Amino acid sequence: MCGATEGGLSLDGIDVKKEAVVQGQVLRDGEPVGNAYVRLLDRTGEFTAEVPTSASGHFRFFAGDGDWTLRTLAPKADPVDRQVHAQVGSVAEVSITI
Amino acid sequence: MSRDTTLVTAQWVEDHLDDPSIVLVEVDEDTTAYDKGHIKGAIKLDWTTDLQDQVRRDFVSKEQFEALLSDRGVGNDHTVVLYGGNNNWFAAYAYWYFKLYGHSDVKLLDGGRKKWELDSRELVSELPAREKTSYTATEQDHSIRAFRDDVVAAIGVQNLVDVRSPDEYAGRLLAPAHLPQEQAQRAGHVPTAASVPWSKAANDDGTFKSDDELRTIYGDAGVDFEKDTIAYCRIGERSSHTWFVLKELLGQENVKNYDGSWTEYGSLVGVPVALGDEPGQA
Repeated sequence: MCGATEGGLSLDGIDVKKEAVVQGQVLRDGEPVGNAYVRLLDRTGEFTAEVPTSASGHFRFFAGDGDWTLRTLAPKADPVDRQVHAQVGSVAEVSITI
Repeated sequence: MSRDTTLVTAQWVEDHLDDPSIVLVEVDEDTTAYDKGHIKGAIKLDWTTDLQDQVRRDFVSKEQFEALLSDRGVGNDHTVVLYGGNNNWFAAYAYWYFKLYGHSDVKLLDGGRKKWELDSRELVSELPAREKTSYTATEQDHSIRAFRDDVVAAIGVQNLVDVRSPDEYAGRLLAPAHLPQEQAQRAGHVPTAASVPWSKAANDDGTFKSDDELRTIYGDAGVDFEKDTIAYCRIGERSSHTWFVLKELLGQENVKNYDGSWTEYGSLVGVPVALGDEPGQA
């Protein structure tokens, strides 16, 4: 993962015009969670991808146009679902609190 | 094969951490994951350098595999227990690879690294010291490996199981959504292939569903258990996960993994491609 920058992950080296980026950070009590797993589910709820969070709690997906669900799993926490809309050429930033 | 001989739980692994007959092996898509912490005593295999020829697109040779395992201290008599991230995608790939070269006793840690982490079990940073061995591999077992001509010949004849996500199957995405989408090959799927995403076989924590649930999932998706089966994905790692389910958990006889998968098939000249959510015609 790239290093954290204020306002989200650095997009250096990514051609944002061609990608529907969904990215963000997982927090617990305001602190980054570096050992969580974030799953990207499609509009039917089917699994599409999963990433572990970085040490700074960040995650990133390259989705497609449309509505997606982010499901976050972490030790000693219940799963958390968040809806997100993605669009090619834009970056959807999501902050997830567990 | 069955669940009892091919799958172990996280608790079983924790209970056998000091068992000298067992070698724990971590294999991850993110090849740096091991370096951030791993199960005590586990060695690392890097799928990009250790398991791939560095010039041609193919696996390392029998002699290279023998040299690799000898150097890492894996013997023919060891029980190899594989685990990794991404719900064991690359651990399942390595499992299939060990079987391809004839290792007799290989097991998968159910749920892989994720289950281990979600259980808050210990990860360590120290590297294990293992004595070198003199490992002997067999010739590749092509009864479990499909090549592109096998796939073309299987259209409309055998079970073809596309285990990528529904959007990749339909041609709306070209790669898993945690990777950039720009690719050279065409989008879509092999005509007549059933769409059974690998993830249907797993629970959220990465562990496999029960045998009864698995039979229902593949049966409902149109897999005929009386026929031979070829599973594929993008580069052959997610389909190793499904190969493991069909061959090792459910005990199907003739199941092959097509490691060329969509990055090869989707670049071939002159083969049929189906677009959309339906399997399409032969």
